[in-house]
This record gives sequence, structure tokens and C-alpha cells, in this order.
Amino acid sequence: MVNGKWLMARALRLAIYHLTFAIYHGPFFVALLIAGADDVLEAPMATTPMEEFLARLRGTRVWKSVFRRGPARSNRTRSLAVFGNIFLHAVPAKVREKSLRVRATYYLGSITFFLFVVLLITGIMLMFYYHPAIPQAYRDMKDLRFAVANGVFLRNLHRLGAQAMVAAVFAHMFHVFYRGGYRPPREFNWVVGVVLLLVTLFLSYTGYLLPWDQLAFWAITVGTNIISAMPVLGPKIRFLALGGNLVGENALLRFYVLHCVVLPLAAVVLIAVHFWRVQKDGGLTVGEDDVIPAKAGNQPPLDSRLRGNDKGEHGRKEI
Amino acid sequence: MASESENEKQSGAREVTRRDFLNEISIAALGVAGLGAAVVTYNYLSPNVLFEPSMVFRAGNPDLYPMNSVTYLQDQLVYVVRTASGFYAVSAVCTHLGCITQWKPEANMIACPCHGSKFKSDGTKIEGPAPKPLPHFAITLTTDGELQVDKLQTVKADQVLKV
Repeated sequence: MVNGKWLMARALRLAIYHLTFAIYHGPFFVALLIAGADDVLEAPMATTPMEEFLARLRGTRVWKSVFRRGPARSNRTRSLAVFGNIFLHAVPAKVREKSLRVRATYYLGSITFFLFVVLLITGIMLMFYYHPAIPQAYRDMKDLRFAVANGVFLRNLHRLGAQAMVAAVFAHMFHVFYRGGYRPPREFNWVVGVVLLLVTLFLSYTGYLLPWDQLAFWAITVGTNIISAMPVLGPKIRFLALGGNLVGENALLRFYVLHCVVLPLAAVVLIAVHFWRVQKDGGLTVGEDDVIPAKAGNQPPLDSRLRGNDKGEHGRKEI
Repeated sequence: MASESENEKQSGAREVTRRDFLNEISIAALGVAGLGAAVVTYNYLSPNVLFEPSMVFRAGNPDLYPMNSVTYLQDQLVYVVRTASGFYAVSAVCTHLGCITQWKPEANMIACPCHGSKFKSDGTKIEGPAPKPLPHFAITLTTDGELQVDKLQTVKADQVLKV
């Protein structure tokens, strides 16, 4: 039996799946589009209608005003296409082939970022129904579970995605640690990563209270009592976090604001720094042969090559 | 440059230009403003009025409590215990991580559901991760003859109210 409702739900799930896929892969497709993938593939003649359309689109004044450069026929113009775009700025203009292999990273950082984007989307969707108030919060959660169309799907995606993200963050950090990715020149990015781990854990913890069920209430009661075990500052921090002495209305609202505004903003900014530093620190760690000895060849460090040599201060150091 | 720094060493002080002075004044002003902002933000985030159950409350007429009984007051999270020697009030909040304990009359003890701490009815610890016994709160008789408990005031376990 195939009924209409089932088909609708199925279609929506597929749509959400494709949407998240598009957001994850979008920048790379856009990069290819702007860089002129057809030129790269040595097909200068627009043959298919799609290629013809793209060729005409690139010729328009609007396109030129937005991207300010013609077809990317050389490495330089292709690089400029990436540098000149704020969204592509996080994507390296050049990568070593080795760093694209699955075994180089197992895509653990990318998976973490993908899950973060999924959590942003599903989180914003959940916010359309959720009131951070007592007893409305619990009712809204029940409403999402049992009454709202596809509510249970979004809620579970958010919950499971959050758990998966914590797991992915740990996997990513173990991988970086055992690869030695924390060593100079990447030591600062490791620190940024550790702060991102803390932000992730705080996001998990603050989100845990929001369903306002027994599990949430006691988890936050126990957790904030652990904070107050800290000498001198502990009880003050607990009072500030809860906005009172008990886990109540104030605590729910505070955790909601932290979970939906403060921590995601911090995460977005830190992720931007993290991605940017990956490039500035000489790309991904790919293994033992990753290290370029200072004496071998006269190649300046990647960083200085991109920005002009400034006394090699930011260049790759010998490990 | 070298002679300049030597001059500095000799005179013991560097000449302060107007720019240096203004820079330092500005940094100091920013520092003061930043510190002030931190303090007022801390004050703003610490609520002055709490809509929580009052820490001082009336627990009704002493006659409501039978002899040798432990009564749990749910809204206040307090046990009112009456023994032959008198009344006392014991906190129902576990000293381990703040879960609400339960009086188990059949086992004659107070038990915490979270991590298994156990206490006697006078709050002394029998076992469990709880580091401290349950505190006693000050209990008094009002002028019109009702029990009053003050959760802000903890008292020694041997202090009981004779009625």
C-alpha cells in the first residue's frame, strides 16, 4: 500500500537529503563553475545547451560585475577565482593530490563540518515550533514528536546528528593527534580545534536541557552541581549559568540563548579561523613525507609563496 | 639607534612624546571601560529577584506531625522530623550532586535515586558517594504557634525544637 502521505514524507526526506548534500558539496561545484570547468576539461566550444547557457551567463554584465574575471584558463586566474570570492576563501586554491586521498584524512573534519551544517539547518527548523518556557517547552517537544509533519524526523536528525558530531570531533582529533598534526606550524590550529571541541560539548550540554523532560532536568541539576564543586568561583558560575539557585525558567531561557545564539556564533567564527589556518599552515597533514626539509630545493614555504615572502616568519618550519 | 638606547639607559627614563602619552591614556581608558563593562554585565546577568520558592517558609501546626515521623515537604525539599526529643528539619537535596532524596519508611532511611547515597532520618550518612551528611535547617515556632523553617540557616544536628 502506497498512500499519499507516505509518499509526501518520503519526498520531503529526499529533498532534505539533497539539500544538505548540496550545501556540503555546493562550494566545490560553485568553484568549478566559476573557474570554468569546461575550459579546464579542454572543451572550449559550447556544445551542449547547458554549456552554451553557462558560456552566455559568464558573458553577461551581471556575472562580470559579481565575479570580475573572465574564463579561468590558467592556474593564476583559477586561483584568483577562489581568492576573490569570500565563500570560496576557505577552500584552498591548490591542494596536494595526497591530501585528497581518503586515507589522508578519512574526511573526518569534513564530516564534522557537514554534521554541523545539518545541525544548523535542523536546529533552525526546530526553533520555528519551540518556546523556551515552562511547561510549553515539553509540550512543544511532544508536539514535534507526535503532531508536526516530519517533526519527529527533524528532531531525531538534530539529536542523532549532535551525537554523531561529538563522535566525529573526537575521531577527527584522535586522527590529527596520531598524525602529529598538532606540531608546528599547526600548533595554533590545534588549540583552535580544542576550543571548538569545548564549544561542541557545551552545545551538546545546553541542548540537553531544552526538551525539559526528567532526563534533561536531572542531567542539568547534576551537571551544574559539578560546576559548583569548583572552589571559590564554582557556586557563582552555577548561579550565573542557571540564573538562580534551581533549574527553572531562567535556566531554560539561558541555556536556550546559549544553545541557539551564543555558542553557534562562536562555533561559526572559530570554524572559519580553523579552515583558514589549515591553508595558512601549509595544508593538511598527509603523513611522514609531509615534511618538506628546509634545505631540499629552493621552494619557499607555501604560505609565503601565496602572500609574498615576508621574512619567512609564517613559513613552514622544520619539525 | 644604538646611541639613543644608551642615552635612555643613562638617563634612566625614555622621553615621553605626546603620542606615547595619548596612546597610554587611551589604552588605560579602554581597560577601565572594559573592566566596567565586565562588572556591569556580571551584575546584569545575576538576577536580583528570583521567582523561586521562598527559603523561609511555614510548615504548619506541630500537631500535624505524628510522633516519630518523617514528613517530606515536596515544594520546599525538606524533611520535617519529629522525635521524642523534638522537631528538626533535614534537607532533602543530596549532598552529592543535588538530586532529590526519598524517605523510605520500610527501610527506615533516606535514599538518593541518582547515585545510591543512603542517609539516616537525622541526615547522617550511611553509605554512598555523598561526601557530607544532609544539613539541618533552623526550625522555630512562630508567635501564632506554627513551625517555621529557614533554609538559609543551617544548624548543628543536635539542635532540636521542643514543643
